Amino acid sequence: MNLRWRHIAPRVGIALLWLVLALFLLLPFYYALVSSLRPSAEIFNPAWWPTAPTLENYRAVMEEQSFGRNILNSVVVATAVVALSLGLGVFAAYSLGRVRFAGRRLLLYTILGVSMFPQVAVLSGLFEIVRLFGLYDSLLALVFSNMILTLPFTVWVLTAFMRDLPVEIEEAAIMDGATPWHLVTRIFLPLMAPAMVATGLLAFIAAWNEFLFALSFTLSNTQRTVPVAIALITGASEYELPWGNIMAASAIVTVPLIVLVLVFQRRLVAGLTAGAVKG
Amino acid sequence: MAATPDRRPARTAWLFLAPMLLVLALVAVWPLARTLFFSITNATLIDLSAYDFIGAGNFLAREGDEWFGLLTDPQWLRALRNTLLFAVVSVSIETVLGVAIALVVNAHLPGRGLMRAAMLVPWAIPTVVSAKMWAWMLHDQFGVVNDLLMGVGIIDAPVAWLGSAGLAMASLIAVDVWKATPFVAMLVLAALQTLPRDCYEAARVDGISPVKVFFRVTLPLIRPALAVAVIFRLLDALRMFDLAYVLTGANEATMTLSVHAREQLVSFQDVGYGSAASTALFFIIVLVTAVYVAALRPLGRER
Amino acid sequence: MPASRSPRFILPLLLVMFALPAKHAAAAGARVTVACGAIGIELTLCREAAQEWAQQTGNTVSIVNTPNSSSDRFALYVQLLASRSPEIDVLQIDVVWPGMLAPHLADLTAAFADRVDAHFPALVENNTVDGRLVAVPWFVDAGLLYYRTDLLEKHGFAPPRTWQDLTRIATTIQQRERAAGHQGMWGLVFQGKPYEGLTCDALEWVASHGGGTFIDDTGRITAEHPQAVAALDLAAGWVGRISPRGVLNYDEEASRGVFQTGNAVFMRNWPYAWALAQGEDSPVRGKVGVIPLPRGGEDGRHAGTLGGWQLAVSRYSRHPEAAMDLVRHLTSAQQQKQRAIRGAYNPTIIALYEDPEVLAANPFFGTLLPTFINALPRPARQTGAHYNQVSAAIWQSVHAVLSGDLTASEGMERLGRSLQRIRHRARW
Repeated sequence: MNLRWRHIAPRVGIALLWLVLALFLLLPFYYALVSSLRPSAEIFNPAWWPTAPTLENYRAVMEEQSFGRNILNSVVVATAVVALSLGLGVFAAYSLGRVRFAGRRLLLYTILGVSMFPQVAVLSGLFEIVRLFGLYDSLLALVFSNMILTLPFTVWVLTAFMRDLPVEIEEAAIMDGATPWHLVTRIFLPLMAPAMVATGLLAFIAAWNEFLFALSFTLSNTQRTVPVAIALITGASEYELPWGNIMAASAIVTVPLIVLVLVFQRRLVAGLTAGAVKG
Repeated sequence: MAATPDRRPARTAWLFLAPMLLVLALVAVWPLARTLFFSITNATLIDLSAYDFIGAGNFLAREGDEWFGLLTDPQWLRALRNTLLFAVVSVSIETVLGVAIALVVNAHLPGRGLMRAAMLVPWAIPTVVSAKMWAWMLHDQFGVVNDLLMGVGIIDAPVAWLGSAGLAMASLIAVDVWKATPFVAMLVLAALQTLPRDCYEAARVDGISPVKVFFRVTLPLIRPALAVAVIFRLLDALRMFDLAYVLTGANEATMTLSVHAREQLVSFQDVGYGSAASTALFFIIVLVTAVYVAALRPLGRER
Repeated sequence: MPASRSPRFILPLLLVMFALPAKHAAAAGARVTVACGAIGIELTLCREAAQEWAQQTGNTVSIVNTPNSSSDRFALYVQLLASRSPEIDVLQIDVVWPGMLAPHLADLTAAFADRVDAHFPALVENNTVDGRLVAVPWFVDAGLLYYRTDLLEKHGFAPPRTWQDLTRIATTIQQRERAAGHQGMWGLVFQGKPYEGLTCDALEWVASHGGGTFIDDTGRITAEHPQAVAALDLAAGWVGRISPRGVLNYDEEASRGVFQTGNAVFMRNWPYAWALAQGEDSPVRGKVGVIPLPRGGEDGRHAGTLGGWQLAVSRYSRHPEAAMDLVRHLTSAQQQKQRAIRGAYNPTIIALYEDPEVLAANPFFGTLLPTFINALPRPARQTGAHYNQVSAAIWQSVHAVLSGDLTASEGMERLGRSLQRIRHRARW
């Protein structure tokens, strides 16, 4: 008996820990889901299961708040941010990772230093630039301003990966007469694919979640992205807060994200570790 | 690092770097420079073109026998205290919890992949959405947290989680821990998975207790990954805006330095003072980073 | 996959991004953009009225959806106006904003000389900064006391005339109702969250006790007036006794939620809550009364904070005449009457308070007219561009007192010092 207990106890302990963990992580999301399926009148009575489930909140959010447009905006912005970050980042990573030149180390640390800038410190300056180029209330303004969030770590992680690529391939390509452009786009790019997927995903999530710039640089509802739209969801009266609608919107937004994260979880972790272990 | 053929001229390197540097200059360097510039003026949003230079007037100034300026502003000092308290407490909890979660997930149990996926959920949800969800759950009259606690009998009257000062800060920290622990756990888990298994085998054969194994063997090996996780979390916590703004608004008890700076800049239209607050925040972050890197250096050398 | 990504992907993406932002189409007449109303009936009424004007004058109107929270809306306006943007021509502004936004607003004195006298004089004065009329009153608000007629009748009380009366009645009824089984019953709910709404409530408590208005008309700081301290002492005593501790995070809707679900005897709120309390699905339908807020003791006065919204024209508008004309239309007697009947919006034109149709829809408009005429303005005029800062100082100190972190006299002393610091920079 004693022997068995010594084997079982730790397992039971860990399983329990598991359960508590899973509850801790998933409960709020579950509750939001439940709240979104309950009619708005009942929302003032807390409950863990929708006794009369209804899709009314979802309909209200998509139709009255034109949430579909907001989702589209977020997708467009996040995708563009990823494309731009990777495009700029890959070439920068080649320079920083495979070419020796004076000031390279300093540059690398300066770029990392940019990720120390608080958003609020660059807010007014960015607003000026956005207005200068006539980009106020456009998605381009968001794509542009999100660069400050995504470029530093994209460059850093891609540089780390670039550095580790074997030099023989490069030498062989140079002997075949490849130009630097060719080198990066034809030779290194395919090899960097895993790293690019990982950083692309991180950049996507960062751009998708971004709030302060989206709040400050857009005006019309048709230009808003999802976080701002959710924060500003309003009800029928001036002071009303329609929790059902907010929860429905939240559910609509998180489910695809979770799916995305589930599908790509290995890559995500790989990308993060590259920054940690190699950097 | 592998030897790079020096035939690649530095010129090409700079050419390739140029677009990225240009974007960064526009997006980060110029705006920061503007903020630094305005922090020594008394500009307001009423007329941005009419301002005077007041040197360090926004930071510290003496008039008669009274001190004015950011460093003597009780509100700013409160925000500083809030931010540091929030950063230290939440990052500490996240580190401990993150390592614990990583260890649990790393143990070979069925459903591991599912747990790893579940782990990412809080981090993947936009901060604003999390804040709204939690605000709803912590609502004092209609919130489910109070409902649950009263049902179980831990409390006998609804608690105003977001109302009183201490509880509001505790709630803020709790929500941030919920949201950010997965990030730490992910990094630590990845590091754990690269550890050589023979160390553990040897330890198990020798009959050393798992706790000892953890502190003597595991922890030193995952230290690099942990160090990176902690610095990223620390920087994020010091700069935090979204969560505090959406969850508790302009409440003094939970106001972070970012929220304070934005309030000065936008609500009070005081560009000079607001820029000074932003500048101060930036330098605090640089200071903390420098201290952290310096503190870590001797630890790295001993290995 | 990665190799083909960069060039082929970016181009169509850029095209999509440029296509998506709404570009202003060429239109006959002027295109006026108006920011009025964010949601619900407010937005509907505004949109209909604007379209009507557009048809009559051959212009086009575009309605911009602004954030609902007034501080977010202010942040938006400030950003746009500070950068001289012509994005919005007509702006709906809160009653405390003219002082802060005046430099960016067009002078409407000439365009409205003929109509200005029909409105509440207090509002017109409020909207005149440095001799320029920068906004036209659109609808007015004042703080009111809502009470449960059925509960007061059941326990044999008349509606309270003083705050002390109210405290007594609320305590008694709360006790009795809870003893009878209604556990969730509270005596009084109000707006105690640290935001502009708390400044409104606090002003009412302090002024009704004769404790001044934190900053008097000449700009002198009166925060530490003994009657002000007494008023806040009283209010702090409510929290946890006749008001739930959660009131420290209540805004208008949260407090209405508690009252409308039948869990409070008294509620302090704006007139908008009346229509909702009388709504089809309201549990307290037909059981609600509205009276002016109580006096602070026998020597006090009735004091309801002045609220309401005005319409202003941006100085950087490309079509100022058309914009002013739109404002004339929206603030006309006919429009205000429509809004009163359909949306229960208090008109700012005095004559409408005797209109039978308006009174039929909102009976208490007539009985409470003195409350609206004598509504108490917040110290916005005196503090001009620094009102937001002053208000923030007020609500923070009051919140600290309500939550018990400071005593009333400590809180008011702190407020006095904060206001001194602000005045040092502001020199009003």
